[in-house]
Amino acid sequence: MPNIIIDAKTLEFKKGQTIIEAAQDNGIEIPHFCWHPKLSVSGNCRICLVEVEQMPKLVIACSTIASEGMVVHTKSEKVIAAQNAVMEFLLINHPLDCPICDEAGECKLQDYAYKYSLGESRFVEEKVQKDKRIKLGPNVMFDGERCISCSRCIRFCDEIAKDPELTFVQRGDHVTIRTYPGQEMDNPYSMNTIDICPVGALTSTDFRFKARVWDMSSNKSVCVGCSRGCNTDIWVRNNEILRQTTRYNEKVNSFWMCDHGRLETFKHVNAESRVHYPQIRKDGELVEVGWDEAFSEAVSHLKTFPKDQIAVVGSPFATCEDNFITAKFAKSVLSTGNLDFIRHTNPEFADDILRNEDVTPNTKGAVLSGLVPSQAGLDINGIIKAIKDQKIKALYLIEDDLVQCFPELESSIAKLELLIVHTSNYNSSTNYADIVFPASTYAEKHGTFLNGFGVLQRIRPAVATAELDRALDGMNMSRLDKFGTKFDSWAAGKKNEARPTWKILVSISKALGYKMKYNMAEEVFSDMASSIIELKGIDYDEISESGVQLKVEDNKTVNAG
Amino acid sequence: MEEVESKPVKRRTKDLNLWEKIYIPEIIKGLALTFRNIFRPKFTMEYPEVKFEPPASYRGRPVLVQEESGVERCVACGLCSRVCPALAIEVQAAETELEKERFPEKFEINMIRCIFCGFCEEVCPEEAIVMSKDYELAFFNREDALYGKDKLLVPASELEDRIKFLRQYK
Ligand code: SF4
Ligand code: SF4
Ligand code: SF4
Ligand code: SF4
Repeated sequence: MPNIIIDAKTLEFKKGQTIIEAAQDNGIEIPHFCWHPKLSVSGNCRICLVEVEQMPKLVIACSTIASEGMVVHTKSEKVIAAQNAVMEFLLINHPLDCPICDEAGECKLQDYAYKYSLGESRFVEEKVQKDKRIKLGPNVMFDGERCISCSRCIRFCDEIAKDPELTFVQRGDHVTIRTYPGQEMDNPYSMNTIDICPVGALTSTDFRFKARVWDMSSNKSVCVGCSRGCNTDIWVRNNEILRQTTRYNEKVNSFWMCDHGRLETFKHVNAESRVHYPQIRKDGELVEVGWDEAFSEAVSHLKTFPKDQIAVVGSPFATCEDNFITAKFAKSVLSTGNLDFIRHTNPEFADDILRNEDVTPNTKGAVLSGLVPSQAGLDINGIIKAIKDQKIKALYLIEDDLVQCFPELESSIAKLELLIVHTSNYNSSTNYADIVFPASTYAEKHGTFLNGFGVLQRIRPAVATAELDRALDGMNMSRLDKFGTKFDSWAAGKKNEARPTWKILVSISKALGYKMKYNMAEEVFSDMASSIIELKGIDYDEISESGVQLKVEDNKTVNAG
Repeated sequence: MEEVESKPVKRRTKDLNLWEKIYIPEIIKGLALTFRNIFRPKFTMEYPEVKFEPPASYRGRPVLVQEESGVERCVACGLCSRVCPALAIEVQAAETELEKERFPEKFEINMIRCIFCGFCEEVCPEEAIVMSKDYELAFFNREDALYGKDKLLVPASELEDRIKFLRQYK
C-alpha cells in the first residue's frame, strides 16, 4: 500500500483515496461541512483546506487525491488561519439563532466555531435576510438564513434517494435552496437530509421544538418497520420516546433510514392505547388484575383443553428470544404442534434502496427460533381453517392482530372458548380476548432480530417499565434521569406495567409445572446458541452494536405471502 | 520566586485565664455591650408590617419578563434549565406564529429546588428571566412551590431597575 505523511505521521492509504479519506481511515480529523463519505465530492465549503508540500496554495482535502510520499500538514499556521477565515466567512450571514434552533447541541457549525475559529468577526454590515420556516415537504422544514449552502441535501436527493427534488436558486449571498417548481420534498428518505445537514437549516416537522438534544438519553436499537432492520438510536426524555434517528452500520443501512421507520414505528410505545395491567374478562368486560391472578387464570383454562384443540401463533414482531420461548412453550409445555405465525408483506413498501417487502423486523428470526409447526401440526393456514371449523377451541396469540389480518375470521374468533393475547396495545383481537397480558414493546426489552439478509442484531431497552429499571438495567441516562426524583414531574414519566413475552411465558410454564430457568434475555439467547446450529458460538457481546452476519440459507419465508 | 513571609498565627488559649475565671468582670463586660446598644439607632424592621425594599442588585425569586404586548420574551431555548445547578427549571417549547417561532408552552420553576444563584438570569440570551425582589416564599406543600407561567410572568415595567442593573453590570 502507498504511504502518505500527514502531520509527520507516515500512514498507509488505498490508491485512489482523497486526502480526507486517507486521514479519516487513520483516525485523523480534517474538518468538513459539505463532504460526506457517501456523497459525491462538491468541495464548496472550504473548511477542509490543508497544506501540501510542493503545492503553491492550500488545497481542499476532500477532492485532492492522495499520492505516494505526499506530505500534508493539517495543523500548520497557514491551515489554522485558513480555517479561521472560512469560519468567519460562513458566520457573516449566519443568524446565530441557536436559542431557537433545534440543531443546537449537535450542530457542526457550533462545534467548529468552537474548535476552528478564533471567534472574532469584522463584519459590521447588515446580515442578508432570507425565508425562514419553509416547509420543503411533509417532514422537513427549511430555514434559509441558517443554510450554509453545502449542497449535501441536494446531493442526497439526487444520489441516494434517487429523486432530484432540491436545487440552489439565486446567486452570491442570496443563494438559497428550493424544491423544483410544483414539487415537494416527499421522497421516502427525505428526513436523512436533516441528519446530514451540518446546520439547523433542515429540521424535522415531527420533532420540531419537542426537546433539547441534551435533555434526552439515547439508546442503540433497530427499526422495526421492515426486515431491513436499520440501526437506530432511540431518543427518550422523561421515559417518552421523542425521536428515532439512524445509526451507521455499513452491513445494513449505511448512514440512512426511511421516514416511515423514523416516524411511524415508535408512536405506539407512548400511545394511549397501551395495555397497562394484565386483564381478565369478567362478565364480558376486561378488568385489570394482578400478574399472579392472570397467570393462574391462564393456567386453569389451558389445562382443560386437549392438545389438538390448542394453537399457538407467534410473531415476527417479537424477538428471537420471545419466539424461542413461544415455540418451547407450545411444543413442550402445551404439547401442541399447531404453531406458526402470520407473515406481513407489502410489495408497495419495497424499493431498491432500503425498504423491504417484508414489513416485520424478525420473520427470519421467528423461523430460526423454531416457530414452525410440528410434522402433524397445523401451519397458519391450517390454524385459520381449524378456527373457522371450530376445531381449534383455544388460541394463544402472541404480539399480533389476527382479527385485523383476517377480518373474515372475526365471528369464528368470537366463538373461541379461550383466547389469550400478549400485546402492547389494545387491538381488534383484544376485543375477543379472555386474558390479555401486557407485552413490552421493542423499546422496552433486550433481544435479537434476524433481518431479511441474515444479519443478527440486538435491540436494547430505551424506555423503562415497572420491571425494567433505567439505572439498574444499564440504559443510557440523561442528566434529568440521573438527578430527578419522584417529586419532579420531568423525571416521573409513566412506566408501563409490561413484561417481555418470553418472561410471561416462563411464568406460565412454571405455574403449569414446567420449569424454565431464565432470568435475562441473554440467558435465553445462550440457550438458543447451544441448540440452534446457525447461532453456534455467538453471544450478546459478539453481536454488539453492528450485528453478526449469519449463514442462513435464503429461505422463502421472508417473502411468503 | 519571592519568599512569602508567613505571619505567626494567633492562637486562642485553651483554658480560661484568671480574669475570666472570676466571672463577674466578664458579666459586666457583656452587659456594658448590651446597654451601649440599647441607645444606638435601631435598624431591625418590623416585618411583616414593614417590608424590606431590596436594591436592584438583590436576587429574589426568578421571574419571566412579559412584554407590553402580553407575550413573554422567553423563546424556550432551555439554557436556563440547562445551567440551573439545582435543576429547578422545566421548559417545554412549542411553536408560535410570532416571529420568534418558539415559545414556552410550559415554564415551571420549582421554588423548593431554586437556590437563587441567578445563573438562569446570567445565561439567558433574551433577557427573559431576571431575579425579582420577591423574597416572600413559604409553602405548606410541594405542589404550591411549583411556579408556573401564571406566577412567573411579570410585566417588564415592574422589573426596570433590575434590567438596568443587568445591562450595566452583567
Ligand atoms: S445552525 Fe447551528 S450555529 Fe446556526 S443557529 Fe442553529 S445551532 Fe446555531
Ligand atoms: S440546507 Fe443544510 S444540507 Fe442543504 S445546503 Fe443548506 S446547509 Fe447544506
Ligand atoms: S427501511 Fe425498513 S427498517 Fe429501515 S427505516 Fe425503513 S422501515 Fe425501518
Ligand atoms: S434562558 Fe431565557 S429564553 Fe431560554 S428558556 Fe430560559 S428564560 Fe427562556
